[in-house]
Amino acid sequence: MPDLRFTEQALSEWMRSGGSHSEIVISTRVRIARNIQHHPFPLLATKNQADEILDVLAPVVDQNQETGYGTFHLLKLDELEELDKKVLVEKHLISPNLVNDSRSGAVLLNEDESVSIMINEEDHLRIQCLFPGFQVQEAWERATAIDDIFEETVDYAFDDRRGYLTSCPTNVGTGLRASVMMHLPALVMTQQISRILSAVNQVGLTARGIYGEGSEAAGNVFQISNQITLGQTEAEIIDNLHGVAVQIIEHESNARQRLLDDSALRITDRIMRSYGILSYAAVMELKEASQRLSDIRLGVDLGILKAPSISVLNELNVKTQPGFLQKMFGEKLSSAECDMYRAKLLRDTLGTTH
Amino acid sequence: MLCQECGVRPATLHFTKIVNGEKTEFHICENCAREKGELIPGTSGGFSIHSLLSGLLDLEGSSKGKSSPEAKPQEVRCEECGMTYRQFSKLGRFGCSSCYKFFDKGLDPLFKRVHGNTSHVGKIPKRIGAQIQFKRQIDELKEQLQQVIAQEEFERAAELRDQIRKLEKEIAQE
Ligand SMILES: [Zn+2]
Ligand SMILES: [Zn+2]
Repeated sequence: MPDLRFTEQALSEWMRSGGSHSEIVISTRVRIARNIQHHPFPLLATKNQADEILDVLAPVVDQNQETGYGTFHLLKLDELEELDKKVLVEKHLISPNLVNDSRSGAVLLNEDESVSIMINEEDHLRIQCLFPGFQVQEAWERATAIDDIFEETVDYAFDDRRGYLTSCPTNVGTGLRASVMMHLPALVMTQQISRILSAVNQVGLTARGIYGEGSEAAGNVFQISNQITLGQTEAEIIDNLHGVAVQIIEHESNARQRLLDDSALRITDRIMRSYGILSYAAVMELKEASQRLSDIRLGVDLGILKAPSISVLNELNVKTQPGFLQKMFGEKLSSAECDMYRAKLLRDTLGTTH
Repeated sequence: MLCQECGVRPATLHFTKIVNGEKTEFHICENCAREKGELIPGTSGGFSIHSLLSGLLDLEGSSKGKSSPEAKPQEVRCEECGMTYRQFSKLGRFGCSSCYKFFDKGLDPLFKRVHGNTSHVGKIPKRIGAQIQFKRQIDELKEQLQQVIAQEEFERAAELRDQIRKLEKEIAQE
């Protein structure tokens, strides 16, 4: 029987505290990709070969109290219900790739869900560390420390010229992908966002919407991450991302201030309308919910709204996703029913906070 | 420049694909690349991020012009996992870590394009790292050995040979 604690709560423990610049940076994530020598990558591995990888990697931290990051629990994808997998994706604890394309895929999660170690994803091993707010350096330090724990017992595929060898050429070298999830409503409203994002692209970083699906960034949330993994040290990658994120934070803060100075009434009206609609609507599509929750988050950050707390908003962002709604209101919801229950959930949560 | 697929987001992936001498330019955003790729992951019909990469590998283009008598690059095969260069360039993903060695010739231009660099300068795993240092030393000594043998300095050659053996023994004990 797999451990289900991870799919019952919407909000991971690590998401509860704010972290620095939490009014703009929602979370920081660092992922490193590693593979074991002389074993085919998951793309080519047979079921037996993938099982072997799992047998080698899972015991390294599973039930190992020595990591300093709490007890790890192993969840094998084969043993999970479809809905639980969906919820883990919605909480960003596993990738859609691990659900769809993996043989003997598994994830090791620590108690507060700040460390998520995927096995047999695109690479044998993907160590992911999640931090609230803006903590790029901290997230990297933890990820590399966990990497060291694995390296004590596992022979990594490493080449002195190419570095850590990964399945996809875009990850080779450091195998490091560091990203910050940023809420940038003022840059979107003032139409500066595309200029900023293309500047981001020019310095070897990339920006995309949070769930990576659909065409728009849901609720003005953008994930900024490094694109280059080869030919830069980890410190350079981390510094670069940090530096660029600091600039984006500054631009967003300035844009917010300008909105308040130039059009306080209009922006207040927009936030209040969104609050009203979320508190009373009977049908709510995900896209609209994300946009209106973004308005409310901005309202809270600007001091226009006193409630709800950012932690409640973070929770709502996860709970309004289809997997979580199904988890709460019934497994076989049509999308129309999802829209209805989403509206109910939002009414119940926001209607009572005032 | 805007993405040629959605026309909304700025294009972040730019590349030129040469098929039978015909040049096609692509400018696309990562969202569209991902979206298309997720429909048909890794297949030749797909337009995945991996098949975008395969555009960079310039498979067909590389065989024209250069009349090398060796095997065509697409026939190179990784001896460990059996993946061919042709498969690699279709999938845009390696089959195992040895593929890097067997496909090495084609990789510099690809890495240059994707990362702007071809060599790793970051973290080195501690345990294997020590071996890499040894290996580098051994390679250097072997080179010296060739030179002194050519110069018929046999005493020095014997010394170098002993040094190499000693290092190789240390590696074996690691
Ligand atoms: Zn596009
Ligand atoms: Zn191979």
